[in-house]
Parts: sequence; C-alpha cells; structure tokens
Amino acid sequence: MRPLTPKRIVGICAGLGALLFIEVVISLRMGDYPLGVRDIVATLYHGALGQWDAVPSEFKLVVFGLRLPRIALGILVGAALSTAGAGFQALLRNPLADPYVLGVSSGAALGAMLSLIVAPHTVGAIQIAAFVGAAATIAAVYFLGRRGGQLDSATLLLAGIVAASFLSAIIIFLLTMVTGTELRSMTFWLMGDLTAPPPTTNVLGWFGFLFLIFVVAAGAMYTTSSDLNLILTGEQEARHLGVNVNRVKMVVYIAASVLTGLAVSVSGAIGYIGLLVPHVMRLLFGTDYRLLLPTSAIGGAIVIVLADTLARTVVAPTQLPVGAMTALAGAPVFIYLMRKRMR
Amino acid sequence: MSPAGNGASLASQPLPFATPAHVRLKVEQASYAYSATDRSAPKFTLGPVSFEAQRRELVAILGPNASGKSTLLKLLAGLLKPLSGRVEVDGKEVSELEPRARAQQVALVSQESELLFSLRVWEYVLQGRYPYGKRLRFESDEDCLMAGNALSQVGADSLRDRWMDQLSGGEKQRVILARALAQRPGLLLLDEPTQHLDIGGKVELLRRLRRLADENRYTVVVVTHELNLAAEFSDRIALMHKGKCLRMGAPVEVYQREVLEEVFETPLEVEIRSSGRPRVILSGNH
Repeated sequence: MRPLTPKRIVGICAGLGALLFIEVVISLRMGDYPLGVRDIVATLYHGALGQWDAVPSEFKLVVFGLRLPRIALGILVGAALSTAGAGFQALLRNPLADPYVLGVSSGAALGAMLSLIVAPHTVGAIQIAAFVGAAATIAAVYFLGRRGGQLDSATLLLAGIVAASFLSAIIIFLLTMVTGTELRSMTFWLMGDLTAPPPTTNVLGWFGFLFLIFVVAAGAMYTTSSDLNLILTGEQEARHLGVNVNRVKMVVYIAASVLTGLAVSVSGAIGYIGLLVPHVMRLLFGTDYRLLLPTSAIGGAIVIVLADTLARTVVAPTQLPVGAMTALAGAPVFIYLMRKRMR
Repeated sequence: MSPAGNGASLASQPLPFATPAHVRLKVEQASYAYSATDRSAPKFTLGPVSFEAQRRELVAILGPNASGKSTLLKLLAGLLKPLSGRVEVDGKEVSELEPRARAQQVALVSQESELLFSLRVWEYVLQGRYPYGKRLRFESDEDCLMAGNALSQVGADSLRDRWMDQLSGGEKQRVILARALAQRPGLLLLDEPTQHLDIGGKVELLRRLRRLADENRYTVVVVTHELNLAAEFSDRIALMHKGKCLRMGAPVEVYQREVLEEVFETPLEVEIRSSGRPRVILSGNH
C-alpha cells in the first residue's frame, strides 16, 4: 500500500516540467531563422533576468517577440483544456466527455463571429466576445441541465449537445453571409489556432492576466480532487462519506467552464486535447485526481506545444492550424480508446 | 446476545428488550414521504416504523420491490431526514449529525455502482478514511493501518494490489465491505449486497457479516431479497409491505405462511428446521 503523497506529486510534476522545458527549447530552435540551443538558453536566461544588453536584438525579436509568445499561449491553452477535460469527465461521469461537449466552443465561436461582423476593428473585442459567448452558453446549458434542482449528468450532456448543434446551425448561417478575410478569421475560430497576436502591446501583462485566470480556476478545481475521487466510485456513497456532492459539481462545472472559455477565447476550438490528455495521464499515473489534474495540465501543455511545433514546420513555409494537427493525431487515438473501452 | 449457531434459543423466544447502553440504533415512529413536487400528494409513504438494534445484532430488512426497504435504509443512514419521528445512532439523531461525523459512526454499502475508471483495491479501501481528514487530504500512516485492518477483516489481504475491475463479484463485494469497515463505524448498513453474487458468494457474505457482528461488535442492518439466508443468519427481521413495517422480530416469529404469502403474493410454505430457524419453500400448488 503506497498512498499518494505531496512529495510524489511534486516529483512527477517536476519530471514532466523538465520534459516541457526541453520541448520548449527545441521548439524555439525550429523555424526559418536558425538559432542554436546555447543561444536560446542564453537568451532565455538573460531575458528572464532583464539583462537585455547581453542579448542580440534579432535573438530577442525571434525568441521573445515571435516564438515564445506562441509557445506560452500553447502552454496556457493546453493546460486549460486538459484540466477542463479531466473535470468534465468526472462531472459528466463520461470518459468520452471533452471541454467542447457542452457547446462551450460553439458559443465562443458564435461570439467571436458576431464581434467580427459588428466591430471588426476593435482591439480585444473578439476575445471578450468569445468569452461572453462561452459564458452565456455555459449558463444556458446549466439551467437546461438541471433536474429537480440538481445537476444531472445525463440531462446536462443532452442539453450541451442540443445547444452545440443549435449554435452550429447559427454559425453555418452566418458563414454563408460573410466573405473573404472575414471567412478566413471565422474558420480560425472553428479550427483552433495559436497564431492570434495578443490584443495589447503589453504582452507580459496579457499573459500574466491569462495565467492568473488559469491558476484561480484550476486551483479551485484542485480543492475538490479528493471529493472527485469518491464521486467517481459512486455518488450516493460519496454523499454518505461526507462529500458535499452538489457543491463539488458546481465548483467543477464553473472552473472547467472558465478554463474552456479562457482557452477558446484566445485560440478557437482546438479539439482532442481535453479529451485525450487526461486519458493518457490516467494510463501513466493512475486515476487519482490529486495527481491527475496537475499531470493533465502539464501533459496538455506538452502535447499542444509539440502539435504546434509540427504544425508550423512540417509543411513550412505554410502553417497548419494547430487544431488540424491535434485532430489528425487525436482521432485515431480516440478511436483506439473507444474500442478498448467497448471490448 | 447469542452468537450465530445458537439459533434454537434465538428462534424459540423473543429477544429481551435491550438495555439502553447496548442499543446502537433506535428508530422511533420514523416516517417519510416522497412526492413528485412539493405541492402534489405523496407518491410513496413510509412508516411510521419503530425498532431497535443492539451491538452484535444482525437485522435483515425484507419485503417485495417498492415496499420501502431502501427508503428505510436511507433514513437509518441519515441520507433522508424523517418526516416525523426519530432515528438515533448511539443516542444521537443521525440526520442531524455533520456528514463526516456521521460517516464515522454509520457506513453504508449501496447497491453496486459502476466504476468509471478502475483503481487499485487499496486505493478504494483508503477512500473509507475520507471522513477522518480535511477535504483535500493525503492519507496518514494510521489511515493505511486502518485500511489494512479492514482488508484483513474481510479476508482480502491478498487482493490489495489488484485492479477493482479485475475482481470477481464476490471479491469485489468483500472489498466494498472493507471500505465501509475502514470508516470504523459502529453501524453497518448494506443495500442488497447479495444481488450480483452466486449462491456460494451469498452464503459467504452473510456468514462474514454474522462474524463481524459477533466478533467485532458491529450492528449490521442488511436489505435483502434472500428469505432463507436472512432466516439463517439474522437475529431479527423487519418485514416491509407497502411502506409499512408489517412484522418485526426473530425469524421464526416473522416467517408465518399467511403473512409471507400476502406480502410476496406467491403461494409459499414455511418449515422449521432442526436448528429452530424457519425455511421458506415454494408451495407446490401454484
């Protein structure tokens, strides 16, 4: 009997963190402008300490201006989607649930499209509209998904599917009415991409803001991880063991929705990450949510940085949307997991 | 209280009323009603029911489907608050206890629920220690010791590193029971624990529950459809019918042909075995 200890969680997360760091350095190397590992590490080191005089200006531009923001966005989006996915799988008691199953991404895409039509040139409007669209969908699905005043997993799932298809219909309708560049921006929201520039010149502040939202939402979800372990083995028994099931469901629902809204408002709907990463982490490290949530977050970051690096290099100079990359690799893995479960 | 095996004396005379110190569970005129909405008339009404159970006693709740067995069990577990009357465990009103404090006194084994993701047996049993810590918690050495003891009590030491979804029905039921024991409760409630077991597994489980009551001073209340196993292993039987506790007493008192036939709507015969315990068989003319 080897119960989970905080030490073990920190150890595993540190290992995954190191893997992510190596991947980030490799990813920073890839691209048109050649950079050596030593240059990258030195640039990162001096940049982190604010010693800009020690860094050649073109290195600064390539690393901090071009490649690192995109990688940072990938880390944020991957971590948010995977954490949200793990949360939704427990909440809906459905291993095939993902962050988009409740229609959140359709809501965000619709919000983004409306902002492109109504206020195409307003800075930050699209992110805000996407987040509002996601939040409105979440609220609507929440009220449709209740039964007898409580969140019912099956009803919630059905409400989400209905909301998603309804919103998709509106999106199709809008797509037929727009042209040219607008169409291209809209496709971005439907496919998922990490190329969107930050809506402000204060890049550091922008990322600080996004990571703060991530930490608060993921932290809130983490406080329920012991409870989630019990709920997954039976709701009635969990209730009897002293778990406040309704409160836990509410916290997980809100936190997972905020994380999804966060990811989708900056990158569009990147599929499969939130579905598959938690499963892979379960296979590697077990089903305990105290370990699963942090490993999923780091794992999601690793997968999306890898996918995005491939997306911008395999058919260079053309770039694929990262969502196409994750779907390409994710669909077969999904089918494998589904078949395995059916057996 | 006589242990099992001394069934003749049990069956032939009604149990003496318990002295308060030995009473673990006391149900006083407890009733409950379900309704579709707050304003509509109740769809199902239970009670009022009264009985007591002492330490080392095994009580079986019997009755056809929808007779109120599970509702009664939920009242005993404190998951439902009685509409009228009281349910006390060790002198305290159980529905008013803080959930964690309650889980340290009462353990509930529900009808089997499907595991979404499999986990190791020891991880599952450790979950029984949840009421003993903070909300986000890591298990202490004491928790591991208690979980280990619980596994030993059900004879499942060798299963501890197995995956839950690779266990047989009987093994799984033992592990589920171990999780309940890891709560260190005085009162153990089980909702149809024999449902998915073959006859060997059923007998083994009931025998184990009997031993837990006799040797470890648990009070065990089990909801079951197994008339003969209940007669064989329990000290007292509560026979439920249409939301009422029709009979309460030693098996031989409760198992009367007319009563059982009326409740189960099937021609039945009752014979008394040499042990003094009754046995129910299907009547030939049906």
